[in-house]
Amino acid sequence: MSDMPRIARGAGPASTPGAPRLRLFSTHHRVLGIEYLLLSLLAVALGTLLSLVMRIRLVAPDWHWPLVGVLPPESYLALVTMHGTLMIFFVLTIAPLSGFANLVLPEQIGARHMAFPRLNAASFWLTLLSLVVLLAAFVVRGGAPISGWTSYPPLSALAGAGPGQALGMDLWLVSLGIFCIASWLGAVNLLVTILYERCPGMRLMRMPLTVWAWLVASVLVLISFSVLLAALLMLLCDRHAGTSFFLPAGEVLNGVALARSGDGSPLLWLHLFWFFGHPEVYIAILPGMGLTSSLLANFTRRPILGYPLMVATTLAIGALGLVVWGHHMFVSGINPYAGTAFALTTMAIAVPSAAKVLSWLGTLLGRQRRAPLRLTTPMLFALGFVSLFITGGLTGPILAQPALDSYLHNTFFVVAHFHLIMGMAGAFSIFAGVYYWFPLMSGRLLSERLGRWHFLLTFVGAYATFFPMHFAGLAGEPRHYAQLTGTTSSLAGLLPLQRGITWAAMVLATAQLLFLANLVVSLRRGRLAPANPWQATTLEWAPLTWQLLPTAERHVYRGPYEYGPAKGYCRMEPAQADFKMQCDEPAEPE
Amino acid sequence: MPATFTPRPQADIERKDPGFGGKPPLDKRPTGGGGEGDSGDDGLHRRGPRELLDRYRLGLFFMLAGDLMFFIALVSAFFVRQSAGHFDPRENYVTDWQPLRVPPILWVNTAILLLSSVTIETARRQLFHEMDVIEEWLGMGRPAAKRALPWLLATLALGSLFLAGQCVAWKQLQAERLYFATNPNSYFFYIITGSHALHLAIGLVALLAALVGLYRLRRVQLRQILVDCTAWYWHTMGVLWLFLFALLVGFQ
Repeated sequence: MSDMPRIARGAGPASTPGAPRLRLFSTHHRVLGIEYLLLSLLAVALGTLLSLVMRIRLVAPDWHWPLVGVLPPESYLALVTMHGTLMIFFVLTIAPLSGFANLVLPEQIGARHMAFPRLNAASFWLTLLSLVVLLAAFVVRGGAPISGWTSYPPLSALAGAGPGQALGMDLWLVSLGIFCIASWLGAVNLLVTILYERCPGMRLMRMPLTVWAWLVASVLVLISFSVLLAALLMLLCDRHAGTSFFLPAGEVLNGVALARSGDGSPLLWLHLFWFFGHPEVYIAILPGMGLTSSLLANFTRRPILGYPLMVATTLAIGALGLVVWGHHMFVSGINPYAGTAFALTTMAIAVPSAAKVLSWLGTLLGRQRRAPLRLTTPMLFALGFVSLFITGGLTGPILAQPALDSYLHNTFFVVAHFHLIMGMAGAFSIFAGVYYWFPLMSGRLLSERLGRWHFLLTFVGAYATFFPMHFAGLAGEPRHYAQLTGTTSSLAGLLPLQRGITWAAMVLATAQLLFLANLVVSLRRGRLAPANPWQATTLEWAPLTWQLLPTAERHVYRGPYEYGPAKGYCRMEPAQADFKMQCDEPAEPE
Repeated sequence: MPATFTPRPQADIERKDPGFGGKPPLDKRPTGGGGEGDSGDDGLHRRGPRELLDRYRLGLFFMLAGDLMFFIALVSAFFVRQSAGHFDPRENYVTDWQPLRVPPILWVNTAILLLSSVTIETARRQLFHEMDVIEEWLGMGRPAAKRALPWLLATLALGSLFLAGQCVAWKQLQAERLYFATNPNSYFFYIITGSHALHLAIGLVALLAALVGLYRLRRVQLRQILVDCTAWYWHTMGVLWLFLFALLVGFQ
């Protein structure tokens, strides 16, 4: 087939020191991976700007913005909606799953190409279309929708419910529908690639943990995005065809009772949405977990502690992630018995998560006798991921209890929780991946000096921004209020805290300019990367010369994390070679 | 070498008698196209003549699994909506769910769809008829395609008939003044049958593609894949319809 071996492009650091030739409409996975990452970069830049506007609106509601003047409270909600949608769908889903998987997955399992390269490319272009449709909501009449990224009906089902709930909401729904289909196609491609394109010797239990994470995340995409698609379809019918899947009887809109009859259930939307929404969290974070495991093993020069356990916990998190959606709905009026059941499953998912954290810490602690820690920038971001995952994760079991959640659910406490564990931990894993795999994209290394400063400022900025939100939440500040002052003064005491958060958010956002500068400068003038710059064991760093022969196959002889001077295989090697790549042939039997 | 519709040998036992010298082979086990299972040390049998076919099938099955979740979501919404209601001023729990009598023509449609599954399965098997496939592969005409063609056409006709029958059913409901937005039950009737009809329309497009592909695709293997995947898709939609029909008939 015409899309079979095209190795000249982007064949890796060893063969092409320069940047891979970016052909826009390529079906080559690495080109698509870079395109996905650029798409995410665009979305994350936009989403960050929106969040800054939100932060300023919150603490300075009367401020006159250039061009638009004072922002009305509805605009604050529109900003919330679009910030959430951009970040969750186009950054946290796209970058770790589609972006990184396209970048390195085929190489990591010793395949030449994805199973369905054209399907894969179609998935990317549909994702781009979905982003364009979403952004179009900004410029249509009424502007962007205001019902949050979760779009609860009846607010989202009635066009008259607010500015942006007419055409803007329709565009939002259509955009997510396209996104569902795009993710679906991408997931099918990844699943078949992982199950079918592995090279000889690459048994399941020899796959790097990133591949395991992509496998589980793809299964979750297939299961959950289809449900979201059905929910979107029903909501569109409610909006345009006069049905009442989600619209209850006796709805009153702006003081006017609606003539619509029907016993539609808004809770039904919540169930369907969160059946998608919770696995989505794990779609976003599982690849980061896999990458963190890989990076910790690499930079401590030590095998990962408990590889089978890490595989098992990845699977367990994926499976449990499908049955915990109700913990988003404790205060929505579901049956308290159902709440108890969901509380139990939610607390159960803390067990595999804690096992993962223990494995990371164990890998770090077990290192000391053998070799010094290599604090490169990817490693720093991986450590940052672990730290943020613990900090954000510890509030998880608190929110998992219906009694505590009934107070905390609609407060800033939840904002702090999910921004630390999903937003920041996810972002740190993306940064770690970009710093780690940049040589595969450009043939050059990102600047370590800029990278360290970027890490330091981001790490401090992340904690300074999101940690104080816990206190705002404990003090009772609701999540979606556009300002703290106004008709009542009960929240005015939180203004200094929120001002501090806004300043921290600005520092955090500004620090990202260092990252952009690093990308631009290193793309042209970065240090040329050697063949295997991090002395890694996984196959994306192995030379790709085997692909020059059309019938040749990669062979794999060992597990993914054979670091450190273990007995048996370093005897004939130079002293500094403390790792074995997966494709290194076993030593001759003596 | 194309994949043939022959079960793959479970273990690669060395053949006793290759059948040289004019003698027919004593070993009756099918060849499976040669080179079966001779690759890799992982025992996955991923290489060989069926590689591409298996890959496409697996992709299709994953896609259908995702699709199934779409219908599961609709069906669970059906049950949730069925039990939804509110309390009237006298504290009675009332619901707006009014059972719907399924148009009887759906029974005919169901029979037609089942029949079409039989025809497409027959077409699919023609593509894996070993002697024909070998002739095609050697470039001696297109016997497999010729034998599959009428069955594919029959499926196309039956599929179109099913869709037409669904349209008739919708028209009948509308004659009873049951429109999409009339009551919760009609929403679900239309949205479930509509989504299924859309899937079947995609199946018809795939059938047309298979008909064209039978003559336009140069590689035997790709022709097999096209018909095979279309057939599996069609079967899945048939089985899915049985469940949806049972839901619409029996769970009002």
